[in-house]
Amino acid sequence: MAYTEEELKKELETQEYAYGFVTNIEADTFPKGLNENIVRAISKRKEEPNWMTEWRLSAYRAWEKMEEPNWANVKYAKPDFQKISYYSAPKSKDKYESLDEVDPELLKTFDKLGISIDEQKKLAGVAVDIVVDSVSVATTFKKTLSEKGIIFCSISEAIREYPELVRKYIGTVIPPKDNFYSALNSAVFSDGSFCYIPKGVKCPMELSTYFRINQAGTGQFERTLVIADSDSYVSYLEGCTAPSRDENQLHAAVVELIALDDAEIKYSTVQNWFPGNKNGKGGVYNFVTKRGICHKNSKISWTQVETGSAVTWKYPSCILKGDNSIGEFYSIAVTNNYQQADTGTKMIHIGKNTKSTIISKGISAGKSQNSYRGLVQVNAKAENARNFSQCDSLLMGNKCGAHTFPYIEAKNNSAMVEHEASTSKIGEDQIFYCNQRGIDTEKAIALIVNGFSKEVLNKLPMEFAVEAQKLLEISLEGSVG
Amino acid sequence: MQLSEKLISSFLAFELDTDINSTIHGIRTSAIKKFEELGFPTRKLENWKYTSLNRVIKEDYTVFSKKKNVLDFKNVKDYFIDNIESYKIVIVDGFFDPFLSQTSHDGLDICIMSAALNKPKYSKIIKKYFNKTANSEDSLTSLNTAFSKEGAYIHVPKNTVLEKPVEIIHFATGNEAALMLQPRNLIVVEESSEVEIIESHQSLTDNPVFTNSVTEIFSEKNSKIDYYKIQDDVVTSSLIDNTYISQKRDSDVKVHTFSFGGKLIRNNLNFFQNDKSINSTMKGVTIIDYDQFVDHHTLVHHANPNCESHQDYKGIYSGKSTGVFNGKIIVDKIAQKTNAFQQNNNILLDDKSTINSKPQLEIFADDVKCSHGCTIGQLDQDALFYLRARGIPKKEAKALLTYAFANNVLESVNIPELKYKVKKIIAKKLGVSLGFDL
Repeated sequence: MAYTEEELKKELETQEYAYGFVTNIEADTFPKGLNENIVRAISKRKEEPNWMTEWRLSAYRAWEKMEEPNWANVKYAKPDFQKISYYSAPKSKDKYESLDEVDPELLKTFDKLGISIDEQKKLAGVAVDIVVDSVSVATTFKKTLSEKGIIFCSISEAIREYPELVRKYIGTVIPPKDNFYSALNSAVFSDGSFCYIPKGVKCPMELSTYFRINQAGTGQFERTLVIADSDSYVSYLEGCTAPSRDENQLHAAVVELIALDDAEIKYSTVQNWFPGNKNGKGGVYNFVTKRGICHKNSKISWTQVETGSAVTWKYPSCILKGDNSIGEFYSIAVTNNYQQADTGTKMIHIGKNTKSTIISKGISAGKSQNSYRGLVQVNAKAENARNFSQCDSLLMGNKCGAHTFPYIEAKNNSAMVEHEASTSKIGEDQIFYCNQRGIDTEKAIALIVNGFSKEVLNKLPMEFAVEAQKLLEISLEGSVG
Repeated sequence: MQLSEKLISSFLAFELDTDINSTIHGIRTSAIKKFEELGFPTRKLENWKYTSLNRVIKEDYTVFSKKKNVLDFKNVKDYFIDNIESYKIVIVDGFFDPFLSQTSHDGLDICIMSAALNKPKYSKIIKKYFNKTANSEDSLTSLNTAFSKEGAYIHVPKNTVLEKPVEIIHFATGNEAALMLQPRNLIVVEESSEVEIIESHQSLTDNPVFTNSVTEIFSEKNSKIDYYKIQDDVVTSSLIDNTYISQKRDSDVKVHTFSFGGKLIRNNLNFFQNDKSINSTMKGVTIIDYDQFVDHHTLVHHANPNCESHQDYKGIYSGKSTGVFNGKIIVDKIAQKTNAFQQNNNILLDDKSTINSKPQLEIFADDVKCSHGCTIGQLDQDALFYLRARGIPKKEAKALLTYAFANNVLESVNIPELKYKVKKIIAKKLGVSLGFDL
């Protein structure tokens, strides 16, 4: 065999974070600290209407009274909210008419990220909105989309151009006072993506947003709002990276999905924020609130591949309000070195004949801790609600941990709820079987992990599935212990 | 006055009444301090998220029953298990009843806690075991520790296999308008010994009774314990049952909990595996109705390699009843080759009934097999139709299916007379006169 286990372990530990570069773009950054003036200043910089400024301020006042929650199964040094800069924008002109005007440095960044805002994407058929340090810098394919009546732009643009749509829906799924980080986000969010699919329209291409934290000492607070009007369909992708830095960076996003009658939203995330180095120094704190509401006969499907971040804390949820609505959650969470993840979902069954599926795969290696935390709630009026949950954990080495905290609450006698969970390791016999057939240990593990995660990987759109598979391999090469 | 204040102020009177020089005086004093600090648990605590004690502690309970009551055997005969030879420890309103009991000191000790706490010949064992596995950070356990005075004391020496089971029955006669009881049991089973224990709590009237019980069980090397809890009390009584089990190498402890009655039942069942190759089993059947409430909290701490644990809890909920299941499995880093299995199946029969289930795994070792499964559903309509098509009335058909659903748990009951009694209770609970001996 080419590798011994020790060598593999070493290689894994020294595995560099491939996206850890910093781009030298001049940035327009606010002074550190948070107070009402900063909130006002952000709102002013964004040229927002009055109601938005007030909305932010009320969220800020609520946030001031809140305490940072600590029930999650993660340990970290609490961020000092006065040491973060709440606004950082790549310094450039306000808007780009075409790609030629974009700072070439920025374009290089996209190249390194593997996002080409050009022909390639046309072939792939993906429209991309890119958010660097909380500000949306480029949106592609606007024209093709607008022909169909689809609105896909940055949220600050949406606030200016489509205030009635934003005002009607923002904060309806995740009220600003919902939790500590959603309140913070509501007060200081600087940008994000907005997407509206009109009635009866099937979005012809995948919509995609790339997030990147570039500037040091900044927090990224983006806000995404996706509205699928009656009988429409959209598939939305989200990817994240950040440079390697010694200090911890904060990312506190809010994502709201609204699926009106008969609509379907598919939301996929590949999260690859900087996870910290092998000694657990640095990395991004990823505290995200994601929630969708399903009206009659609609469907929301969350798919996530979580490989990055020092601390991940997120629960993409579905409120199944309408009758016959469907919620799905597919997740792969990989933790290595000192990473910690506490992730899962909430499925709230309110309407009749609602269905939900939860498939969660946790893979822990190194000294990491990986938790699944989920809630399946069947309310008294949710006749014939159906849920199936499965969470499997794979452990590599005896220094990591895998935890499950499922909450199941049923108040209706016609509910059918199933939950199963298992924890295991990669079998020595499985590896031996592969070795015997000339597959080295490293490849064998990749093979087995792929098989383990296949159910979830299958749910990703093609372009993402390939990337996700690669990420899994990078994160876990040879970490059998 | 609130119950917690009443308890704290009664502690002084209680101390005067008992021997202040007793070895456990210090333990009692620090326990009451702990309770004073924590108070009764509220729903703000994660472990009590679904369970509110408010409707139990609002009653004005008498903390000590004033007088000893004597019961006539023929009036309470039904509460014992029929046709079986057994040792008996009977406690009436918190006092030992020597007439109904059948204790033994013949090469082993099956007697009462008050004797064990006060007689010098037991002091070595009390020192070694008393309050050693109970969680002194838990408020209700501390409350019990502070007032620990009476209960069952069982000590089985090396290489002794008990030829008949031990029945522990706590009666409340209803002489007080509302009574709080705090029995404290200590069970020590030495190397290679075996014992079977059946425990129950019974109110004889509808006067409210609140029992806060703590049982400590020590299972030494290669010992075997079968513990059965029958919880079929009247609907005005509430029970908090805290059981702590500490196991040594190659020991095998099984706990069966049958919860059919009572207003509120909370079972805190804790297993600590303190050596290798240990087997722990906990099984339960819950069948409740009206606005009854049953909460099973189990904890298995796998702290050593090559151990196993099996959990199987079945619940059937009708009316406005509520069930809670919280099963926690912790596997430490060194506990490799652990095999932990947990299952919780529930049937909701009415649209007002509720079940909250939280199977929880915390795993730090990699070479383990851990799984849990949880389901909530209904009786199979096809199976019901099948039975009815063959002339079995609806009620009986439902009862048969319910019984079949619970049968997995009943199968592992090793005392036939007890199995018969439980079957009879289940039939009564389901309103049918079937014997289920098909």
